[in-house]
Amino acid sequence: MQVGFTEDQLQFRDVVSRFLKDKSPPTAVRALMDSEQGYDSEVWQQLSQEIGLLGVHLPEAYGGFGFGPIELGVIAQEMGRYLFCGPYFASAVMAGYAVLNSANEEAKERLLPEIAAGTKIAALVLDDLSDAATVGTGISASGGRLNGTAGIVVDAHVADTLIVVAGTPEGLSLYEVAPALASVTPLDAIDPTRKLSRVTFNGCAGERIAGAGVDIDLLWDQMSTVLAHEMIGGAERLFETTIEYMKMRVQFGRQIGSFQSLKHRCADLLLELELAKAMTHEAGRFMASGEGDAYSPNMAKAMASDAYLGVAKQAIQLRGGIGFTWEEDTHLWFKRAKASEMFLGSPNWHRERMMQRMEADAVRAANG
Amino acid sequence: MVDHPNLSYDEIYKDVDAWLQEHWDVSRGLAAWREILVEGGWAAPTWPEEYYGRNFSIEQAGAVNQAFDDHGAVGVAQGGPGRLASHTILVHGTDAQKKKYLRPILTGEASWCQLFSEPGSGSDLAGLATKAEKDGDRWVMNGQKVWNTSAHHADFGILVARSDWDVPKHQGISYFLINMRQPGVEVRPLRQMNGHASFNEVFMADAEVLAEDLLGAEGEGWKIAATTLSAERQGFGGDRSGGKVKDLPGPIYAEYRDELAIALEPYTWYPQRAGRVDLVMPRAMETGAISDPHVRQELAKLIAMKKASDLAAASAVQKRRAGNSNVIPEGSIGKLAASVIARQASHVHTLVSGTDSMLKGADSPMDGVIAEILISVPAISIAGGTDEIQKNIISERVLELPKEPRFDTGPFRDVPRNLADI
Repeated sequence: MQVGFTEDQLQFRDVVSRFLKDKSPPTAVRALMDSEQGYDSEVWQQLSQEIGLLGVHLPEAYGGFGFGPIELGVIAQEMGRYLFCGPYFASAVMAGYAVLNSANEEAKERLLPEIAAGTKIAALVLDDLSDAATVGTGISASGGRLNGTAGIVVDAHVADTLIVVAGTPEGLSLYEVAPALASVTPLDAIDPTRKLSRVTFNGCAGERIAGAGVDIDLLWDQMSTVLAHEMIGGAERLFETTIEYMKMRVQFGRQIGSFQSLKHRCADLLLELELAKAMTHEAGRFMASGEGDAYSPNMAKAMASDAYLGVAKQAIQLRGGIGFTWEEDTHLWFKRAKASEMFLGSPNWHRERMMQRMEADAVRAANG
Repeated sequence: MVDHPNLSYDEIYKDVDAWLQEHWDVSRGLAAWREILVEGGWAAPTWPEEYYGRNFSIEQAGAVNQAFDDHGAVGVAQGGPGRLASHTILVHGTDAQKKKYLRPILTGEASWCQLFSEPGSGSDLAGLATKAEKDGDRWVMNGQKVWNTSAHHADFGILVARSDWDVPKHQGISYFLINMRQPGVEVRPLRQMNGHASFNEVFMADAEVLAEDLLGAEGEGWKIAATTLSAERQGFGGDRSGGKVKDLPGPIYAEYRDELAIALEPYTWYPQRAGRVDLVMPRAMETGAISDPHVRQELAKLIAMKKASDLAAASAVQKRRAGNSNVIPEGSIGKLAASVIARQASHVHTLVSGTDSMLKGADSPMDGVIAEILISVPAISIAGGTDEIQKNIISERVLELPKEPRFDTGPFRDVPRNLADI
């Protein structure tokens, strides 16, 4: 089993990392989080056209590059590290996977190449971002008409098209809706680097694009795995800057990093981060190959959330007063950690989900 | 190290296979067989040729192990302290010391113990205060050691003691090979909080060591002890485990089983010390605690941590194979993870067993195994370097955070110590 990354994957990471370091410094992040659009159109175009990150996980037949969850994870980890602002997660990951998994051939051929090229931004509308099991209870579709509300939708405010998971008498189905037909209301987000809206459908027309039912568990695992990568990237960055600060900051005549009470806390954080990272990379491998631990996507999202927030809290605490100021950059990552903790299921939700899956597998094994 | 790089696994296997066909005989006594084994040169294939070995790599030695397992042949004597002693003597010993001590370790004729820790110096091993005083052609030892596994039946001990009190602490230590069978050495069992007595205390009152049994040069003891400790950390890959043959029928196996039982007796509770994560899920299902939402959360955290730790360890092994030799910090992260996992396992076992956690022995769950977990786990974050020491290593060597100011850099005589040592 390949545990680490291949040479090609490491080189790819370096390319992505260099690009984002250059295009997404904290000054750019601050400018974008205050803007209405929330992303830089020029960077978006370079990201999609020049280095082709949007279609990395999509098949070549649909304009993608035919790689998979591991390479997507590499991108997400670097985006988390540099707090990239833009509809990448909403369009390429959430909507991209939903269409790829569940749309009919015509819709895939029409939508995926544009998502991969970045010429069309899609937003995935889920009526519940906390629990996969209740998706489809808030938005229903009947006779080509949609009704209901999604309380929180990522990047719907800039979407060219809305991909909607709706409940129908036959189960979950996939619809495409023109944003102009829906009511899209931007919301104030605790993490202004990820823009959120409320989306309401009042009997508006939608095109049913599902080729089959929507496997919400698969989609949730795919999204959670990518999100976990984004979170450990952010956690790594915050941890590194905190360690640097502790080497520089002097109190009581010594670097504060020399105090055992503080350095031991950092050792604990490193352990938590390393474990979360190991599990997140396992989830990437499992989603890519089906080999490895089937519960790893749940474990990864839970561990990455706990580790990111754990690091973020200490990143502020260890900086003392300066860490609580607007001027210092730490709060940008803290807020991403906080918002991501609940996004796509809390750590508790993922642990409970993992237990249910383990029990179901144990029963299945017992019944032969 | 590899002087036989061209001998392939298959070639070695064939050689050993042929040799065993000729020599292995279950009707022999254990001692007689070990003599033949040592003479034949298959006792310790990774050792140098002039000392019973063949300079094999660990991979090459694997072929030897395989052939022994396939024949059901018994290997050299087991016993952790003996392995530590032989490894250290091989690296630092004189020819005379190697000739005198190595062979009886392989044959099992002599057993060893490690005399490092002291009541007054645990984490701070270099602060040891056992006195070594030169008296003509002998050294005289006075002091106390502790946590000495197997010392109650050991013939010899590897001993670190202070031979110079007027230099900084790491420079005043010397390394000795001491005969345990003498009036100046008294061994007392040390009972632990879980009821086992896996270790001993060793008291030295004018105990003697011949001048020729100083290992390495005077004052070099700390450096030599590092060789022993690194062998302890890395285990002994490539040496024969012998575990696979111990259940076979026949008198030589019975003798071998008795020897193993004595060597392994101190370690029966070690799996419980690590928390027995394997038992948590079956126990939760058996007791019905699996339906408790809080237990489910804690159980899931435990399973995830254990799995992640195994994955991280596998990745560290790959890095090492790829030539990254930064083994110690990786090992410290793994050791810290083991502590966290054991504590969480103990916590979940308690929740799962409920009031039955109040019982031990035959009246308690799993005939006392659960109780033994609950009262053994506190050891894992202490033995082999406390969690706090691991965190120092991680923060100073991995994160490169500055060290704390020290108060023990001057001549050892002036360093503040525990009152009992003075």
